[in-house]
Amino acid sequence: MSETSERRMSIRARLPGFLRRADPAVVTAFGCILLLLFLGSLYSSNFLSPDYLLQQLKVASFLGVVAAGMMVAILLGHIDLSVPWVMTAGAMMACAVAGFGDTGSVAAIPAGVLCGVAFGLLNGIGVAFLRIPSMIVTLASNVVAQGLMVVYTGGFSPQDSAPPAVRWLATGAVVPGLPNAILVWGGVSVAMVFLLTRTAFGRAVYGIGNSERAAFLSGVGTRRVIMTAFVISGALSAFGGVLLAGYASKAAQAMGDPYLLPSIAAVVLGGTSILGGRGSYFGTVAGVILITLLQSILSVMQMPEAGRQIVYGVVIIVMLLLYGRAPPNR
Amino acid sequence: MSEWRFWLNEQRGTLMGLAIFLVMFVVYVANHPAGFTANVVHTAANKGVLLAFVAMAQALVVITAGIDLSVGMIFVLTNCIASWIVVGAAVPSALGVVAVLAAGMLCGAVNGLLVIYGRLQPIVATIATGAVYFGLALLLRPFPGGSVNEELADALTGRLFGVIPSSLVALTAVVLIVWLPFRRSVVGRAAYAAGSSEPAAFMSGMPIRRGKFAAYLLGGLLAGMGGLFLTFFTYTGEAAYASGSAYTLWSIAAVVLGGVSLYGGRGSAVGAIFGAFAARTTGDMLFAFDVEPLWQPLLQGIVLMIAVSIGSLALLRVRNRLDWFQ
Repeated sequence: MSETSERRMSIRARLPGFLRRADPAVVTAFGCILLLLFLGSLYSSNFLSPDYLLQQLKVASFLGVVAAGMMVAILLGHIDLSVPWVMTAGAMMACAVAGFGDTGSVAAIPAGVLCGVAFGLLNGIGVAFLRIPSMIVTLASNVVAQGLMVVYTGGFSPQDSAPPAVRWLATGAVVPGLPNAILVWGGVSVAMVFLLTRTAFGRAVYGIGNSERAAFLSGVGTRRVIMTAFVISGALSAFGGVLLAGYASKAAQAMGDPYLLPSIAAVVLGGTSILGGRGSYFGTVAGVILITLLQSILSVMQMPEAGRQIVYGVVIIVMLLLYGRAPPNR
Repeated sequence: MSEWRFWLNEQRGTLMGLAIFLVMFVVYVANHPAGFTANVVHTAANKGVLLAFVAMAQALVVITAGIDLSVGMIFVLTNCIASWIVVGAAVPSALGVVAVLAAGMLCGAVNGLLVIYGRLQPIVATIATGAVYFGLALLLRPFPGGSVNEELADALTGRLFGVIPSSLVALTAVVLIVWLPFRRSVVGRAAYAAGSSEPAAFMSGMPIRRGKFAAYLLGGLLAGMGGLFLTFFTYTGEAAYASGSAYTLWSIAAVVLGGVSLYGGRGSAVGAIFGAFAARTTGDMLFAFDVEPLWQPLLQGIVLMIAVSIGSLALLRVRNRLDWFQ
């Protein structure tokens, strides 16, 4: 026993410093990304071309923004199931506001995000003040958001398309060759890293995830922190929806549905504990890229939807079995 | 405290679910143009019974403090399987039914193995298996189609003696054959104990693993039964992603309405059935009140929101603020 642990120590000791400090889950996730790229390059050398990789990062950025919000909720030990229709609501409201002339097109993005803030507030009040399990509150607010959007659109897809500003944000390029969506994701990521590692709020989020009682007794206003976290999650979901509307150049019903489960999976594959309190933001980035690459490679290989779903599920299970297992509790 | 008080305390959630359902159903029937007739009851029963099966499946897993986000997909997968094999004469159909239920159990067993022996968190593990099950369903039915033994289907979705909806009879039979024996067995007790406090259950020597595994296994079986009934109602199989995820989400809502605690250890599958019928009646009630169909999802959401907020009234009785935290 001691021999093996000594050997493990010596392997660890020989690693360069940044690898030694890194979370094994994050390293594994990045390793899997490289493995996927390698396997893809055996199939076609296009998988390593800068164009393809940039395109993948651009597609990943929508999921990335949503997953950033999801991660805050999961770090608390809660979950946000209202992502699909908050995304859709954000996108639809942004498109709707843009209909009001010049002021409208300026206000489009803030309006969409504000919509997400409102739903986040609803979730936050339910979880933090009414102490309803987050799973059920966010589920209910998802249904409410869906209901509002169905009433608003009259059951049809709205005709109004995404305003130019939103389209520019998702598909334009300030720096030539680098899509804006990636820059936006980068901006959100920097803000998230700062928020989670350099602020009292971030500390409190990790603290509540580990033990809300302990955080409360240490003088953290846990209810306020939880509510803020859900507001952030809602705002980022809606923002992701706005970006997606810009990319697809219109908002559509159910456009957020394919983002709920991947965003949870991305956070968890990145090594964040679903029970809260543990996880780093870089892991989430790795998880997002991993899932996007996996989906892309499977679709380039022209695998039918059925096979894609199966491979997708199996890969998640295998990766979780590799490093997402709970410690044996006896 | 005398014995019945304990019983009442234990059944409080289930009785709450029953009360919510009864209030809703009475309001619904009172406002229905046709009133309390066999037809109205029959339609309501057939609509509710699908969600009731899926909600029972969810309840079994939730009682162990887990959650199964793949129930909806097991439901869709078994629907697709049934549309292939529950056909022909009596014997092949019967074998087909057995095979469909076995497939449901297999799905539940995979979930159970991953959660218990793989030590994965139920939320993520079942998200992943749900994707696999949906993929399999899509493999079986890339396009909606297939058929089912129509005599059997009509027998199980029609009425007995012209009054009693036979789907309700089937549901009752399942409760008597599957749920009650489980509830009363050592394994069932272990499932409750594991959900209530796993370390305490372990210290008391309960067969935790067997209990949890049985819960997941029977959950798969019940979801499969739901899929079978879906085939009986629609005569076809369809790998519909939207329907699968909607059933998963509403099963969680039904479980909560039926008084099963998401923290585990409290509630019963019977409560989940009432929760499922209550959730279904919300939709119907708006129809009876002649609300525009467009407003239905919104009002349903608001009713759900109010229903889940009722539980937080208990906060008013909390004396020590530390009791806020579970």
